[in-house]
Amino acid sequence: MDGFITTYVWPGAIILAQSLLVLVALLLFIAYILYADRKIWAAVQLRRGPNVVGPWGLFQSFADLLKFVFKEPVIPSGANKGVFLLAPLVAVTLALATWAVIPFDAGWVIADINVGILFVFAISSLEVYGIIMGGWASNSKYPFLGALRSAAQMVSYEVSIGFVIVAVLLCVGSLNLTDIVMAQADGIGTRMGLPNSLFDWHWFALFPLFIIFFISALAETNRPPFDLPEAESELVAGFMVEYGSTPYMMFMLGEYAAIVLMCALTTILFLGGWLPPLDVWFLNWVPGIIWFVLKACLVFFMFSMVKAFVPRYRYDQLMRLGWKVFLPISLGMLVIVAFVLKLTGTAP
Amino acid sequence: MGLQALFFYLFAFVAVASAFMVIAARNPVHSVLFLILTFFNAAGLFLLTGAEFLAMILLVVYVGAVAVLFLFVVMMLDVDFAEMKSGALEYAPVGALVGIILAAELIIVLAGNTFHPAAAGSGASPIPALSERTNTQALGDVLYTDYIFYFQIAGMVLLVAMIGAIVLTLRHREHIKRQDINQQVARTPETAIEVVKVKPGQGI
Repeated sequence: MDGFITTYVWPGAIILAQSLLVLVALLLFIAYILYADRKIWAAVQLRRGPNVVGPWGLFQSFADLLKFVFKEPVIPSGANKGVFLLAPLVAVTLALATWAVIPFDAGWVIADINVGILFVFAISSLEVYGIIMGGWASNSKYPFLGALRSAAQMVSYEVSIGFVIVAVLLCVGSLNLTDIVMAQADGIGTRMGLPNSLFDWHWFALFPLFIIFFISALAETNRPPFDLPEAESELVAGFMVEYGSTPYMMFMLGEYAAIVLMCALTTILFLGGWLPPLDVWFLNWVPGIIWFVLKACLVFFMFSMVKAFVPRYRYDQLMRLGWKVFLPISLGMLVIVAFVLKLTGTAP
Repeated sequence: MGLQALFFYLFAFVAVASAFMVIAARNPVHSVLFLILTFFNAAGLFLLTGAEFLAMILLVVYVGAVAVLFLFVVMMLDVDFAEMKSGALEYAPVGALVGIILAAELIIVLAGNTFHPAAAGSGASPIPALSERTNTQALGDVLYTDYIFYFQIAGMVLLVAMIGAIVLTLRHREHIKRQDINQQVARTPETAIEVVKVKPGQGI
């Protein structure tokens, strides 16, 4: 019995507790990211945004949650019931599963696996299934068109994201996310004679790839200006037309979890993760998790500013941007990065 | 070990069950979804044996890309489910025969299997511990140093196949209005719009 507890119960309980901790923190963060998204969008349009529930509308997301949960879920009679209900579950589960390998601070990670970045890439390439299944199971034209668009879009932009990640990996020499962050402690900035600072991070050395990654992340997560899968002006709401109440909420939750994940991934790959922007004592004294969250919030701020400023792309423009602009540029940059690393002898 | 054994049984059971459902499901879209579940669990099994890189590549390539194409094609097909089901038993003997032949061939090939002398040498070389050499590095060493020419030839074969597919399907059709992005971007108000001052009640 004692052996049973030490081999099964105790390790299982530790994993469960860690996962729950990350999950709760993440869901709270997403609730306020949603609020921030709406507030920023409103501020750009000179509106007030949500301001009724709680002080300054701070509890708006929780009110929305309750409203979604207490509504009746309606399943269309022609729908494929099992797949229809499975689709939002797949979307939200996959979006949350990726967080298992994200390091929030030195050593603050549930699963510190060797192939961390590949795991993130693999799981985010599966997220398209939630959308395809939802669109197909609804058994209706608009959701199906939205699902097809979305699948094509996500598969296209994954290619350039993959090449950007490979270029970063060339500079790091490891697939482990913690190693990727630690490799940014010393970089091009220190080689030029500067002290350890934000110029060591990859955004400076790989600036074109940083831009490509940012825009591809927008497209990958179906954010405006690339939200064609749910383009409400033409497809009503794309793959989500037939969804309501809790299943709809789960789709939205999955979408925002994927968006926050992309912010965290940008932070890890390009903005130095939990490293402070300057190597001075009072900045080093601030805990790494604070820097991580601040940087992720900065990236999210850029996400929502893009949403507020930029009009939606036409579908052929979107495909052209992915295949004819980003793919050649990222492929070319990959070759250039490899050459520079080899010629300067800085390859890890 | 402990939990790993539990997870092994979980992955193995789900993989076998969903592989059975691939052929048992009536709806072809459900079949593809079960196939995806099988791939996913196979990746889990890879992970348990320590082949982490292969597991992730299986997910990225097969589940993330190839299966999406399968699903696309199957969803777009206009399949009459009742008709498909009625013919299933007729073809069962042929399917079984093909299966038996394939299994027999595999057994014959694998039973008489010997390694090439050069490869046998590298197979016998000591395997470094996971702590000093990760999967990714070891595979990279093998692919890009020992077998670089085979690797590049495989790449060339794929490239030729890709170009062949494009050549076979590419048709330059006439009389189609195409989008020219440069032309669209180069438009100015002077060339695009005309401002007309209309007097009330007169029209243009």
